[in-house]
Amino acid sequence: MKLSTRFGEYGGVFVPEILVPALEQLETAFVEAQNDSHFRSELDDLLATYAGRPTPLYRCRNLGAETSATMWLKREDLLHGGAHKTNQVLAQALLAKRLGKTRLIAETGAGQHGVATAMAGALLGLETVIYMGSKDIERQQPNVFRMELLGAKVETVDAGAATLKEAINAAMRDWAASYPTTHYLLGTVAGPHPFPTIVREFQSVIGTEARAQFVDAVGALPDVVLACVGGGSNAIGVWSAFLDDEQVQLVGVEAAGHGLHTEHHGATLERGRPGVLHGAYTYVLQDDEGQIAEAHSVSAGLDYPGVGPEHAYLLESGRASYVGVDDQAALAAAEALAQAEGIIPALESAHAVAHALELARACTEPRTMLINLSGRGDKDLETMMRHR
Amino acid sequence: MSRYDSMFEVLAERGEGAFIPFTVLGDPDPDGSLDVIGWLVESGADALELGVPFSDPVADGPVIQAASSRALAAGTTPRVCLDLVDQVRRTNPDIPIGLLMYANPVLAHGMDAFYADAAEAGVDSVLIADVPVAEVAPFAEAANRHGVEPVLIAPIDAADRTLREVVAWGKGYTYVLGRAGVTGDANRASLAHDALLGRLHALGAPPPVVGFGIGSPDQVRQALRAGAAGVIAGTAIVRRISDHHEVVEFVTSMKAATRP
Ligand SMILES: Cc1ncc(COP(=O)(O)O)c(C=O)c1O
Repeated sequence: MKLSTRFGEYGGVFVPEILVPALEQLETAFVEAQNDSHFRSELDDLLATYAGRPTPLYRCRNLGAETSATMWLKREDLLHGGAHKTNQVLAQALLAKRLGKTRLIAETGAGQHGVATAMAGALLGLETVIYMGSKDIERQQPNVFRMELLGAKVETVDAGAATLKEAINAAMRDWAASYPTTHYLLGTVAGPHPFPTIVREFQSVIGTEARAQFVDAVGALPDVVLACVGGGSNAIGVWSAFLDDEQVQLVGVEAAGHGLHTEHHGATLERGRPGVLHGAYTYVLQDDEGQIAEAHSVSAGLDYPGVGPEHAYLLESGRASYVGVDDQAALAAAEALAQAEGIIPALESAHAVAHALELARACTEPRTMLINLSGRGDKDLETMMRHR
Repeated sequence: MSRYDSMFEVLAERGEGAFIPFTVLGDPDPDGSLDVIGWLVESGADALELGVPFSDPVADGPVIQAASSRALAAGTTPRVCLDLVDQVRRTNPDIPIGLLMYANPVLAHGMDAFYADAAEAGVDSVLIADVPVAEVAPFAEAANRHGVEPVLIAPIDAADRTLREVVAWGKGYTYVLGRAGVTGDANRASLAHDALLGRLHALGAPPPVVGFGIGSPDQVRQALRAGAAGVIAGTAIVRRISDHHEVVEFVTSMKAATRP
């Protein structure tokens, strides 16, 4: 490998030997593409004219108005596809083309990454197969239909808890046989090198835009930048521009599910231990014997027992802190945002909103909070209806 | 001399290849897997490759995934696996025993403690499916400290640089991938590895043993003719473990194919 494969001690390339050449090839293509103005301009053009970048930065008029905090939303929910996933999917799909691959495979939990991959597959003429756990298929029906409408094949994965973890297993198994013709378009900053680095790079557009927009509007930096953390891509994306601004507090919000005191949550950084899952040395929810635990969250996109290795590094270095928000609080925050601002967030993003509200209520002096609203809630309407 | 070295030496004198069956420890349950291992030995296994069940076996196809699930459901922890090896070792002092597993249970046990306990149980080698040569150094060093041989995988299309590293770190035998993909016998071994076997010999690699997709005596003969020192069959064994007679018949026929 040419680039560093680690963030501190976390990361690496823990995959079967057979996949190492495919990862090396991907890394080379990524490095070359970064220095290729044609690649950059094609991506920038797609981001602007196809995906709708830049996305707005919106100052909440009502949410938290009773507090001394001001909340700002980075509106990734307005991106084509309905979530931040599209940013890096377009980039990886272009890399796949560059590598001469004819087929895309991807895992999906909430279905947002699957939808984004299916869009890119349709756009660039690549055959697309999406692996999705049967539990997620059930709770994210609209996205399953969207993927199929976009021409992708959705493969049901029944193993284990039938959620995101098993979908990644299935995609990795497919890739071990198909890598000569197929690109595995991983959806977050997890997995083996170079995925955490590639996905970070192509999600950093969120932070670059948001920082400039915020400074432009306020004339200062935000006090806190919040994002939900499943695998961690929208958080890394929005934080990337603030990492060197040490006065800016970075808060990642994990799924506390039924509560951090139970076994039913997705709070990998708060309750996990370092281990190896899906190609990386990172924090993992696991038992004493090293078997991977099943996560739980009302939001499929946070229902994952691993996390991107850069988050393990940011946790241990103290640059970012991580908290949990449970299912009920996330559902309540989704409703609060809907009724205060007329914006229905994805349940993943609602976790970040919930914690921002909690911080706002505790504020005794003016504070500015930037929340990455990673996606819109259309896919979650059924879940919200059921829990109301 | 290590148990693998003695085995390969004896087999070479007889002009035979090694037949190495794989089964998952604890499948269908811990006692049942001891029975299966007994059948493998009685019908001519030259060495044993034993899987330590893991919740997320990404290098395995459906048959071995199901075996791992059964074993886990029956309470097969890594500790239980080492106890099972210890029992096998008592009645089989000379047979080489390899573990095939994933990285996380090794780390959860504590890397150094794991290799120490494995050595004490009578394990000869450990192959970790999700630790490629690029990440193997700390694992191999811990293995070496405790006299366990780290086995590495040589994929069919390996770059020279990778093969040299595989040869530098690997001991016991070299696991040659018969084809791309995950374990399973539906997608038959491609057996296009004459060139790879030649390169391994030239580099002085530990004896190359072909695995992945091996399920018939014909494939055994082909692999040995191409220069392999032995073959591993996994899925084809795991499919048969509910039937003593079938296991014995299969292993006997595969072993027969290793003879000149
Ligand atoms: C809207 C939305 N936000 C967040 C996530 C979590 O992913 P990550 O942590 O990589 O941003 C998902 C994943 O499906 C999602 O759909």
